[in-house]
Amino acid sequence: MSAVIEELHHDGHHHGPDKGIMRWVFTTNHKDIGTLYLWFSFLMFLTGGVLALGIRAELFQPGLQIVQPELFNQLTTMHGLIMVFGAVMPAFVGLANWLIPMMIGAPDMALPRMNNYSFWILPFAFGMLLSTFFMDGGAPNYGWTFYAPLSTDYAPPSVTFFIFAVHMMGISSIMGSINVVVTILNMRAPGMTLMKMPLFVWTWFITAYLLIAVMPVLAGVVTMMLMDIHFGTAFFNAGGGGDPVLFQHVFWFFGHPEVYIMILPAFGVVSAIIPTFARKRLFGYDSMVYATASIAFLSFIVWAHHMFTVGIPLAGELYFMYATMLIAVPTGVKVFNWVATMWQGAMTFETPMLFAIAFVILFTIGGLSGLMLAIVPADFQYHDTYFVVAHFHYVLVPGSIFSIMAAVYYWIPKWTGNMYDETLGKTHFWLSFIGVNVTFFPQHFIGLAGMPRRIPDYALQFADWNMVSSCGAFLFGFSQLLFLFIVIKCIRGGKKATDQVWEGAHGLEWTIPSPAPYHTFTTPPTSMKEAHG
Amino acid sequence: MNRVMQMWQAGLSLLLCSNVALADWSTLNMRQGVTEISRRVYDLHMLIFYICCGIGVLVFGVMIISMLMHRKSLGVTPATFHEDTRVEVAWTVIPIIILLVIAVPATSTLRDMYESADSDLDIEVRGYQWKWQYTYLNDDPAKEIQFMSALKTPQNEIQNLEAKGEHYLLDVDNPLVIPINKRIRFLVTSQDTIHAFWVPDFAVKRDAIPGFVHESWAVVEEPGVYRGQCAELCGKDHGFMPIVVHAVEQADYDLWVAEKQAEAEEVFNTVGKTWTKDALMVKGEEVYLQHCAACHQPNGQGIPPAFPSLVGQGIAVGPMSDHIDILLNGQAGTAMQAFGQQLNPAEIAAVITYERNAWGNDMNDMVQPKEINTMMASE
Repeated sequence: MSAVIEELHHDGHHHGPDKGIMRWVFTTNHKDIGTLYLWFSFLMFLTGGVLALGIRAELFQPGLQIVQPELFNQLTTMHGLIMVFGAVMPAFVGLANWLIPMMIGAPDMALPRMNNYSFWILPFAFGMLLSTFFMDGGAPNYGWTFYAPLSTDYAPPSVTFFIFAVHMMGISSIMGSINVVVTILNMRAPGMTLMKMPLFVWTWFITAYLLIAVMPVLAGVVTMMLMDIHFGTAFFNAGGGGDPVLFQHVFWFFGHPEVYIMILPAFGVVSAIIPTFARKRLFGYDSMVYATASIAFLSFIVWAHHMFTVGIPLAGELYFMYATMLIAVPTGVKVFNWVATMWQGAMTFETPMLFAIAFVILFTIGGLSGLMLAIVPADFQYHDTYFVVAHFHYVLVPGSIFSIMAAVYYWIPKWTGNMYDETLGKTHFWLSFIGVNVTFFPQHFIGLAGMPRRIPDYALQFADWNMVSSCGAFLFGFSQLLFLFIVIKCIRGGKKATDQVWEGAHGLEWTIPSPAPYHTFTTPPTSMKEAHG
Repeated sequence: MNRVMQMWQAGLSLLLCSNVALADWSTLNMRQGVTEISRRVYDLHMLIFYICCGIGVLVFGVMIISMLMHRKSLGVTPATFHEDTRVEVAWTVIPIIILLVIAVPATSTLRDMYESADSDLDIEVRGYQWKWQYTYLNDDPAKEIQFMSALKTPQNEIQNLEAKGEHYLLDVDNPLVIPINKRIRFLVTSQDTIHAFWVPDFAVKRDAIPGFVHESWAVVEEPGVYRGQCAELCGKDHGFMPIVVHAVEQADYDLWVAEKQAEAEEVFNTVGKTWTKDALMVKGEEVYLQHCAACHQPNGQGIPPAFPSLVGQGIAVGPMSDHIDILLNGQAGTAMQAFGQQLNPAEIAAVITYERNAWGNDMNDMVQPKEINTMMASE
């Protein structure tokens, strides 16, 4: 650490990274930290993916073949936790680290040392979470939503480690978000007004506020669990004057904004990619910003739509139904804006564009099933079935994760200076696209036909579509090894990328050389002509 | 362009034909069910589904046309428009109108589902890990019918040692029996973790929450057997606690009630008599396999540390009084439940005797149902 400081002090012209492993341990460079986040996220994506394949392998046929129920519940729980907190969220933080300073003309994040801390907490948090697999009683087995009292009175002893891991993730997220907010508010280049910022910066700005608002709520709810388990309180125990449903209210007050934390940055990514490959300015920039802010606001007042069957009174059910339906309006505005951006453009279909278009179509399918789920009487039939599983995987996998892949293909030439292999990229896209749909589309059917979620074995009428779904899951899972190969190949070499990389790309990050130098915008850019376009 | 259109038409007709071939919609769609409410829920579901399909066709249609026509390879020059207040207002207002169209029937259906009226029959539904207990509430406690309802599918079918039966995982030992055309009120609660009582054919899904009672109701119009499952993760055997409801004509229901009440009387009598050890062992094995084997395993070895072994260690070879106490009252902080409320004295005496003398455990002692009965009464 001191070496870096001394070097900067002694030699103002030396801008290269340190050598060796210590570069990564002590780095305060936003690009290094972005890279660390992205690799960590990919590692977690594969880990969570292996757990998912364990689930799908067991569900390939009726009967218990591969995993017994105790382990099955651990797999579903850890798959959810790892994918949400370990794969999707860190990937977006990685993108934010790489891109926000380059997009607003800043030399780095505002709080570089805190940036280092917020990353390096994560490997320890997830190391601890994963170690629970080897503990007596096994890993968390109460679902990623960890409803009390299953996660308190009836939990395995490892629950305490789970609580501590969640606290660490929360600290990491809060520090990362504060960094994003401070960077955006203080480090914009002269002339980069708020309404000139690229939408990716806008969506992250709003996401960061969501994180700062709700991560403490999550910390609160796990602390209440900790007190119930170890210190004799009864927050969630009716026998002591508490209420198990209180847990769900507090959890979903965090949980629903959390859902948008995982999708708003995706909106930003897609809003960058579609205009580039349509060679046409984003339609309705202002309304995109307002729609994002509306979605963020609404996310705080709809939490009980996850709990329609807990026995909320009629007035409550009606309120939460109407509020939830309202979210369809700003979300619809976004989809219509993307379509209008494509309309009468001059499109080409490189890999990032393919992922972005697939995002719009498949996210919309997930949004429409979300609208169906908002309708309380129908939700009584959908709730806790595979219909819900299909719904949230449609918004998370071809939603969030496709957008992350689109972002990697879109910006990797800027990061490495090399073009990725376009043929392999398109192959990866089509395998993923087919895999995702074969996996999750049939889950709508088995859910409507009545299969509950989180069960290791099922009645015979669900057998056909479960088999199809499992085949799709293995196709999707193994296709991601191709993604790894493409990324490594691109880092090691390839056709040299130009500074602008894409013919239709606009924005400050495309004005700097490819690969982006270790330090960029040490003096602020003067022209904002290249801002969001 | 013409050729493209033709290809689309051909593709579309192929798609429609293949749908006709898959005529068995029951495995693809929500059930219409057998109550007025469930049919209205189904209609509501189909209404939203068609609206969503319409929106999908419109949005994706525009995207597909755009992808076909507005590509650089066709030599088009991109347009430069990037905002238009009129369309922005239109695609904000039109969705709101569509939402109102959905909200009206959704609200009226929900109001009717929440409508409270006098019921003809009140049934308390209590979730246990991992079975259901049904109590037919009656002003005269002596006439109350109460029984446990657990999975009947044999372990051998689950472990793929035998062919799976028609109602694999959806069969129980004691189904819930209700009369048709009567308003049945379900009072749903739980003994341990949260469960959810779900019968798709009635459009009834209600979380069973320990310490709270929530209600739901149904008027079943057709006699039949209706199957559902627990719909909230409740621990290890969440996937193995089905719900089976027999809806029967009133006359058949009355017969069933009489039979159940006679059974209760018989149990009362058997508790009073003195059992032989062999009789206790036979009954004990039956009770053990039904209630204990899921955790402690059929061979008594358990799955340590969550579910301890009973062979040669622990309570089964310790003092009899501790053994009885743990069975009646459970073990706080573990999955071991209080069976005093679930089993009758004969069953408890039998299973204790069995555990102390099976799998090589050789305690050579036994306990009589009437001793258990006295202890339960004094608690």
